[in-house]
Amino acid sequence: MALAFHALVAVFIVAPLVVVVLVSFSDKGFISMPFGGASLRWYREILNAPELLSGFLLSIRLGVIAATLASAVAIPAALAVARYRFVGRDGLMAFLMSPMMIPHVVLGIAFLRFFSVMDWTGSFVALVFVHALIVMPFSLRLTLAAVIGMERDAENAARSLGGSRIVVFLRILLPLILPGVAGGWVLAFIQSFDDVTMTIFVATPGITTLPVALYNRITQLSDPVTTSVSTVMIIGTIIFMFALDRMVGLDKILIGKK
Amino acid sequence: MVKSNLRQSVAPWLLSMPAFVLFLGLLAVPMALTAILSFNAFDGMRGIQPGFSLTNYISILSDSYYHELFLRTGAMALGVTIICIIIGVPETLILARMRPSLQGIFLVVILGPLLISVVVRTLGWQILLSREGAVNSILLGLHLVNRPVQLLFSMTGVIIGLTHVLLPFIIIAIWTALQRLDGQVAHAAQSLGAGPLTTFRRVTLPQLLPGILSGAIIVFTLSASAFATPAIIGGRRVKVVTTAIYDEFLNSMNWPLGAAISVLLLIGIVFVVVGSNKLVERKFKQVFA
Repeated sequence: MALAFHALVAVFIVAPLVVVVLVSFSDKGFISMPFGGASLRWYREILNAPELLSGFLLSIRLGVIAATLASAVAIPAALAVARYRFVGRDGLMAFLMSPMMIPHVVLGIAFLRFFSVMDWTGSFVALVFVHALIVMPFSLRLTLAAVIGMERDAENAARSLGGSRIVVFLRILLPLILPGVAGGWVLAFIQSFDDVTMTIFVATPGITTLPVALYNRITQLSDPVTTSVSTVMIIGTIIFMFALDRMVGLDKILIGKK
Repeated sequence: MVKSNLRQSVAPWLLSMPAFVLFLGLLAVPMALTAILSFNAFDGMRGIQPGFSLTNYISILSDSYYHELFLRTGAMALGVTIICIIIGVPETLILARMRPSLQGIFLVVILGPLLISVVVRTLGWQILLSREGAVNSILLGLHLVNRPVQLLFSMTGVIIGLTHVLLPFIIIAIWTALQRLDGQVAHAAQSLGAGPLTTFRRVTLPQLLPGILSGAIIVFTLSASAFATPAIIGGRRVKVVTTAIYDEFLNSMNWPLGAAISVLLLIGIVFVVVGSNKLVERKFKQVFA
């Protein structure tokens, strides 16, 4: 009986994704199941949707740069929080994790207003920076776990043999925490790529990400191209999930299991 | 000696400087600007008026439209939270009892969708909940209804969609609490003669309660601030606080009013989180003292 309940829950979770993939193979001109006849026409149709194509490329560029920026900033911060006791440490940690606590709608309008005041509306660079900000907590969490869990023997040995801080950092510390940092990078990339609630407020016609373009298409046009693009996104995410599992272990990220 | 102490106290701040400056400039400043914006008046012709004014807050707090809006959003969030608890608790317990090999697969299946954009997941529900969609087909097939039920553009549909999006969060919270459980206490209870149901009710469940409450808080706040799912499934017919903010900012261009609604949303959420956390703390003390 418990098994039946569990099966229902699993179906509930997977159903919308399965439906999207199924519909993407339909050959009709409207959203329908492909049971009458399957076709790849809606995948070919993606090429006729310039805003989706450019959105895809923009989201990738944005995600790569934002995740890198977030990781670069998270590594020293993680070292500071993990290795030093200082006044304001808890406050700093709370401050750096706060984007996860603030509703993305509120962040979105705050950035919108900020950009308009600074005359940065439509700036890709500005978009990169705010994305880096909202994904940093993910990078920080995984990097911090890597720093805390790191064995310090090699590091201590190198220091006692006369290695300078920089050398020890680059040649001992960084390689040891690299899996955690890389995992943080991938998770940050995924969060940046997926984000819609915040980005929809700061996106302009020149800098529209894929989820925002997809949202607009769903609410305005509602044709099956949305499902083929979504299927591509689902497959992409699954590939990234494999990468994450290799680097850090999917269990660790999803539920913090050691 | 002094030099090394100075380095000790300066080093952490130097290391965290990049992050701190980024957040100060790009988080604290925009939030402050938004708060200030909420106190500006707005003129349809001339735009945002400088100068302090309480008109936005007065408009919102005195208009029954906004009362309904906030109440509707709160009720929706509460509904989603309750359903997530009802489904999440048994599901997590079942997951915990599984063989490791199966458990790994199902954890990925159930928690993995968190990594897929909410737009994609909500699109799936838009298709499933339509008149010709699977849900209605099943309902008609089982003869539970005579005509297709209107699920799209209804609060019911939005709640279903949000439950799907947020269920993984509560499962994670309960799972974390389960990991911290001391199995010995349950064994002790059973060796003293308690049956499995009694053990669950009087030993396991109270220890899980803090985790369930934490998960509930997360689900509640995420539902109250969700945008894409209510916007796509609810459309124009089901207005919640977030879609109202969107309207003010991107349609009416009344940014100050939108900012005021956002501030009130934020205050409401902080209120709920802080209040519930106090509850969780008390429960924790009761359970583990």
